[in-house]
Amino acid sequence: MKLSSDALRAKAVEVRKDIVKSLYHSQSGHPGGSLSGTDIATALYFNVMNIDPENPKMKGRDKFVLSKGHAAPLLYAVLAERGYFDKEELWGLRKIDSRLQGHPDMKNIPGVEMSTGSLGQGISCAVGMALAGKLDKKCDCCKQPRVYALLGDGELQEGLVWEAAMSAGHYHLDNLTAIVDWNGLQIDGKNDDVMTVRPIDEKFAAFGWDVQLIDGHDMDAILEALEKAAQVKGKPSVIVAKTVKGKGVSFMENNAGWHGKAPNEEQYNQAMAELEAAAAALK
Amino acid sequence: MADKIATRQAYGEELAALGAKNENIVVLDADLSGSTMTKLFKAEFPDRFFNAGIAEQDMYGMAAGLAVSGKIPFASTFAMFAAGRAYEIIRNSIGYPHANVKICATHAGITVGEDGATHQCVEDLALMRAIPGMTVLNPADAASAKILLNKAAELYGPVYVRLGRAGVPVRYAADAELEIGKAVQLKDGHDATIIATGIMVEEALLAADALAEDGILVRVLDMHTIKPLDEAAVLAAAEETGAIVTAEEHTIKGGLGGAVAEVITTGGAAGAPCPVPMAMIGVLDVFGRSGKPAELMAEYKLTAKDIEAAVRKLVAMK
Repeated sequence: MKLSSDALRAKAVEVRKDIVKSLYHSQSGHPGGSLSGTDIATALYFNVMNIDPENPKMKGRDKFVLSKGHAAPLLYAVLAERGYFDKEELWGLRKIDSRLQGHPDMKNIPGVEMSTGSLGQGISCAVGMALAGKLDKKCDCCKQPRVYALLGDGELQEGLVWEAAMSAGHYHLDNLTAIVDWNGLQIDGKNDDVMTVRPIDEKFAAFGWDVQLIDGHDMDAILEALEKAAQVKGKPSVIVAKTVKGKGVSFMENNAGWHGKAPNEEQYNQAMAELEAAAAALK
Repeated sequence: MADKIATRQAYGEELAALGAKNENIVVLDADLSGSTMTKLFKAEFPDRFFNAGIAEQDMYGMAAGLAVSGKIPFASTFAMFAAGRAYEIIRNSIGYPHANVKICATHAGITVGEDGATHQCVEDLALMRAIPGMTVLNPADAASAKILLNKAAELYGPVYVRLGRAGVPVRYAADAELEIGKAVQLKDGHDATIIATGIMVEEALLAADALAEDGILVRVLDMHTIKPLDEAAVLAAAEETGAIVTAEEHTIKGGLGGAVAEVITTGGAAGAPCPVPMAMIGVLDVFGRSGKPAELMAEYKLTAKDIEAAVRKLVAMK
């Protein structure tokens, strides 16, 4: 399945609706960072990655690691939309009888490649996956599967991220693409106030990464950057994607208060109305 | 006197042998390959050896990523930096996904010696056995270490293997039959049981010999597997000998002593408690210090004589 940019934009709206609805049902979870990463994850799952929902463990598949594991509603939404499991399951998010844990659990959810949630660990695991990919590549003509990792910007404050950045550079992991969802906000407020992460691009470059800076809501730019990253030889690539926290729901946008809060009925109705309008505008 | 070989030496040698048998085995180290002895694997299989640099958290994260990709990583550093520094990575990225990583931690306990308290990890068994699904091994000598490492490689899932820096006498035959989760009865007796693990097994045997001279006959169990604990062997020891002394080069809080106490008081999975008087030989609630291994064993009361005294006291209470 390879959707066009237009179709991807429409799909992203559907994913956003799934996120809002699953949070409304669970009355718990992280909307802000799920909505900011939606366009990137939608591009990966519906255009870029070589995956098969019918065969989630397909040999030679590309892998996605949600290093910012609290954006689990986003991962579940793209997996359900892509057909890994029934969409109805999304409304059981975080509930006692559901396998959709607050943070991704690879043991029980098809399509989840790594259990994440404790920040900084997913990118380190992704480095290990990319190393394994290098070991498994037996010839130059074999297609090299890629590993993708989506990181939060606040997550960059974890020291482990930079240990992983160092090892990915050291081992020249050109089969690894990290994407930083740079929405500028974290639980306690702006990154710049809590603990600045700037300059993100120069930090990764210093560790030997190829760096691209894009608008993380511009679908064409996302596709172009992912394609370009895959062509880089001899070093890992990072796409620093400037995003808006809570993107697509006006009252959640750029508001740190919506990092980890679920909408009430009124807010839910407004959010869905806005997303329906966005979907209609794309038609 | 038997030859003295450190379990870390046995680890390096066996790792190289395992590498030849199974090409999925990969090894990671954090700039200590000459001390953990993973250099022996590196020399044979350089393409399957990854140095993480002095970045233990990343090493265990990478190991998790390799494991979920079908590799069998053996990832080594000192116990302090494995169970200690990387604890939460091991808990969340290896334990929670039940990743097939073998955490082989060397230089455990106070017999690290001269490096002192910052390097003497006496909490690792407690930390690792608290993680659901983690198998925890603590071999007594070089021969049993090699056998258990093979078993660990065959077992799917996370395994913590505690290895030492100092040489210990080799008591086991190279072809001894050892099973993960099954205690080895090295001596039988009816007056008390010494349940020992790791390098304390040797001390336990020496204590048993000294006690026998006075007609006190003790059972000695090598509890090389801290988790899953051989509950049947523990309960049988309680019932048949009426007193238990545990011996570990580890804090008495939460390690072997704690595990044994849990079983005899609750009855474990069988649900049949058999509480008997117990003593725990181990490091008390203190940090270590610099010194030679033998001096430290004496300083922290981890010798055969200390075990012997504990047994005499318990037997007198019976």
